[in-house]
Amino acid sequence: MADASYPDDLLYHAEHDWARLDSDEDVATFGITWFAQDALGEVVFFDPPEVGSSVTADEFYAEVESVKAVSDVIAPLSGEIIEVNIALADKPESINEDPYGDGWMVKVKLSDPSETDALIDAETYRSSLS
Amino acid sequence: MSQYTAVTPEDLQVMLGAIGVGSIEELFSSIPQALRLQRDIDLPPGQPEQAVFAELRELASRNVSSEDEITFLGAGMYDHYVPAIVDMLITRSEFLTPYTPYQPEISQGGLQVMFEFQTAISELTGLPVSNASLYEGPSAVGAAAYLAKLSNKRTRHLVSRGVHPDSRETLQTLAAGYGTTSTEIGLDEGLTDLEALREALSDEIGAVIIQQPNFLGAIEDVEAIAAAAHEHGALVICAADPLTLGVLEAPGNQGADVVVGEGQTLGNRLDFGGPSFGFFAATEAHLRRMPGRIAGETTDADGRRGFVLTLQTREQHIRREKATSNICTSQALNALAGVIYLSWLGRRGIVEIGELMLQRTHYARETLAALDGVHKLHDRPVVREFALRLDAPVDRVLDRCAAAGINAGFALRRAYEEHPDGLLVAITEQRSRADIDRLADVLGEAVAAERTATEATV
Amino acid sequence: MTSLEGGATAQQRERATTIFEKGAAGRRAFVAPELDVPQVEGLIPEGSRRAKAPLLPEVSEPEIVRHYVNLSKRNFDLDSGFYPLGSCTMKHNPRLHERVAALPGHARLHPLQDPRRAQGALELMFNLQEALAEIAGLPHVSLQPSAGSHGELAGVLLTRAYHADRGEQRTKVLTPDSAHGTNPATVTMGGYEVVKVALDTAGGVDLDDLRAKTDDQVACLMLTNPSTLGIFDPNVEQMASIVHEAGATLYYDGANLNAIMGYSRPGDMGFDIVHFNLHKTFTQPHGGGGPGAGPIAVSERIEPFLPRPQLVRRESSNGAAAPRYGLDHERPKSIGKLRGFQGNYGVFVRTYAYIRSLGAEGLKDVSEVAVLNANYLLARLREEVGEHLPLAFGERCMHEFVLTGAPLKKELGIRTLDLAKRLLDHGMHPPTVYFPLVVDEALLIEPTETETRETLDAFVDAIAAIVAEAAEDPEIARNAPYTTPVRRLDEAGAAKRPRVREAIEPEAG
Repeated sequence: MADASYPDDLLYHAEHDWARLDSDEDVATFGITWFAQDALGEVVFFDPPEVGSSVTADEFYAEVESVKAVSDVIAPLSGEIIEVNIALADKPESINEDPYGDGWMVKVKLSDPSETDALIDAETYRSSLS
Repeated sequence: MSQYTAVTPEDLQVMLGAIGVGSIEELFSSIPQALRLQRDIDLPPGQPEQAVFAELRELASRNVSSEDEITFLGAGMYDHYVPAIVDMLITRSEFLTPYTPYQPEISQGGLQVMFEFQTAISELTGLPVSNASLYEGPSAVGAAAYLAKLSNKRTRHLVSRGVHPDSRETLQTLAAGYGTTSTEIGLDEGLTDLEALREALSDEIGAVIIQQPNFLGAIEDVEAIAAAAHEHGALVICAADPLTLGVLEAPGNQGADVVVGEGQTLGNRLDFGGPSFGFFAATEAHLRRMPGRIAGETTDADGRRGFVLTLQTREQHIRREKATSNICTSQALNALAGVIYLSWLGRRGIVEIGELMLQRTHYARETLAALDGVHKLHDRPVVREFALRLDAPVDRVLDRCAAAGINAGFALRRAYEEHPDGLLVAITEQRSRADIDRLADVLGEAVAAERTATEATV
Repeated sequence: MTSLEGGATAQQRERATTIFEKGAAGRRAFVAPELDVPQVEGLIPEGSRRAKAPLLPEVSEPEIVRHYVNLSKRNFDLDSGFYPLGSCTMKHNPRLHERVAALPGHARLHPLQDPRRAQGALELMFNLQEALAEIAGLPHVSLQPSAGSHGELAGVLLTRAYHADRGEQRTKVLTPDSAHGTNPATVTMGGYEVVKVALDTAGGVDLDDLRAKTDDQVACLMLTNPSTLGIFDPNVEQMASIVHEAGATLYYDGANLNAIMGYSRPGDMGFDIVHFNLHKTFTQPHGGGGPGAGPIAVSERIEPFLPRPQLVRRESSNGAAAPRYGLDHERPKSIGKLRGFQGNYGVFVRTYAYIRSLGAEGLKDVSEVAVLNANYLLARLREEVGEHLPLAFGERCMHEFVLTGAPLKKELGIRTLDLAKRLLDHGMHPPTVYFPLVVDEALLIEPTETETRETLDAFVDAIAAIVAEAAEDPEIARNAPYTTPVRRLDEAGAAKRPRVREAIEPEAG
């Protein structure tokens, strides 16, 4: 993705991760932001957690690797993993090309939806980067 | 100025001028006086090349090497023939003097050598992925145990008493750091006790570690051991002698998850124990967790085939505290010697050398066991090394043999207290039938003489 | 004298073929000795017999030689040109060392030979230990570790044993942010948690941060001095007392020893454990990635825990006969073994020859010229390209220095990486890039003492030419190199779909 973009309909975590709440408010999709994929360089490997495992807000749940770096992926919210993006096994570069779409990482059934209060909006996240 | 530095008085003047200081001393001003060495280094003055050579030659003359005696000493390193092309190729500037290939465009030679080495090791071991070398055998065993711990998180390992004593001890030393414990499984007539192993296995065991052939020279039943281990989800780590893998089945084809070992027998000298190399091969599942450098194939901007260090995110210079090992410098030049040697041996040669050792070892064991006062310590099938029991003090027997120009082998007492009269005898392709017959004569005489001496003192 | 064409020969540019793609069925180099004993069947149980022979190449000796000689020509090496890789100490490898290491008395000696028949080897090792102890300023040495990072692991395990012996189980090891990657990796393998210590604005360790983080859970502080920034940290004595007061050990990564021989010793700075990189400071050839050796020197209180065996010397009872050397395995508090046998003896032979060739004066000359060469190079680069590639910290340096390519990137649009790749077209090996991590677009340069002023000037000219070229047309450097056997390689592809061995077609039938 050529230019920095931070969609307004997402919630952000300071460690450069985003969360998209499903219409069913108990489920959210996670991924990393444009800033994160840009810092990493071309992603070569994403090691997903197992479906059924739990994630805790502010703690790392997976790693994403580029040629020259490894990065912890931080969970913006807590819950149980109900789906992982297996397409990333063959096409990890989706994380670079479409970090908010095809580059999604996991879908989580939230254990405490009120944790969204601690996340920030696109505007706040964008200004924190400069 | 020395023979290696080149600062003339004129150079010095120009350089100090450019820097803007009056003397070299000023360049060290950041070192506080309290920390300054207030005297000269207490070492003798430097010597010209001729004198240094003479001193090193004098020191060499006080070592009895395989050049000076017919040796049957093995126990982990072996007196094999190293072909002349190895010496000639590994002393080429382009292989001897560069650093680790961090700039791949000008390191294709070294990177391709690693790729070829990885291929050769993969072929020998029967496992699809290999790294580009570790330091040597015992630490490779330690590295494999670390991988097992990272892989299944279990902290208990079972180790056969047939694994080289240095490997078992290195494992203990390293495990004290990364937090595993190993329990030893004893030997039954020279082979890993399968019953004891089965009894000790449980879902808490993360790895079973064996050696093929084992330290006493016996051929282990890798398939049975692997099957038992896998029933409980334990990884199977097999340390193997690579030069036997032309005639012995590849442990990777018998269920081993990781095959490691000492590479000295592949084109490397004895060198009083090092440098040599360790090899490390594993199943595909462990690729991203493997220690050491790995060369991978790729293409360049013009579509040309090339090689790079890959999966570097495993390594210390990127992953730092999460690295799968801390290895930086390993044993690249020795691995080069290894792949040259394996190319020299070739597809037929690896089998021929194995057959030759197999037959001569059998001949040696039968011949020696027929001597008075000499017995087989175990009668298991062997390939290149076997254990005997003597009816005489082994150390004294060895001294007598040495006086006759024969190194008869390794006194097992040095590593296995349960075998105080044991002698481990190794065969290489360099030991002819005539050498073996000579060993038989000398050993027979030595044992007889020592038995007489002992009887006389009783 | 650089162009966008030429350089690599047609032969060097040929498609890379591995040894596995060469040869033909039946070719051979090895001639097996004749089977001179009766052939017996069934010596290997059926289940253990190799079913299919490993698919090694079938090539003649000339094919092998041509293959590897041509492969060697696709390598740049230290004998051929300037190699200012910071942190690696790429100094000239004297060929005397190869000659003495090849003497059969050294090269063909079995590690388990009776010590009475290996007195030359044991004496050599003992003398080497003494010399290293003197250089380090610490009395007790083990030659066993096989590389710097192996020595570091030894240091961490020794620290663990030391604390355990005092009934303590500490959990943390401190390292500065500028540390070499092997430091934190080693700490983890040693079972400790890594805690980073901040640097101050001068590039040294921030003492306040160190004080704040040094508590009774800290087992050790790992440092190198000069640091990876090439700067001697004058506060090392204070750091030693902070750490020692908390009961922790102080570890010295010896990678930068080339800067201080004859001037200062880590033992005198307060370090408890020091490792040497024999393949750096003591010119064991790098071999494309080893072998090396990482012996350690330790203080009195750490001595009981040293790996076993330890070398011992026994004077003769009447003083008339020569002393005897032996290996002492009886060491109840030892951490045990880190590897088989005694270590990389072949490396010890070379290192010993080097120390005997240089002597006290020669070793001091090494450090003086290493520091002189680095400062001269820094001064000249400052003069020519200082605004684009300024020094990251401080004013001068010891044996190496770090420039930052951040202004270059901002002003001319080329990165440190592009500068490095374009340098390849000038026939020089680039400096270390992107390390230490604390400097943006880092360029770590260590010329070493064996380079002449002319070579240093030529390097400055090359850098200046690349910068000037980038001001005209940054695209050139961005697509460099052009004259090497291959051009920029797809590293992402290699990591995504790793191909780590040749696929070999088994012969038909």
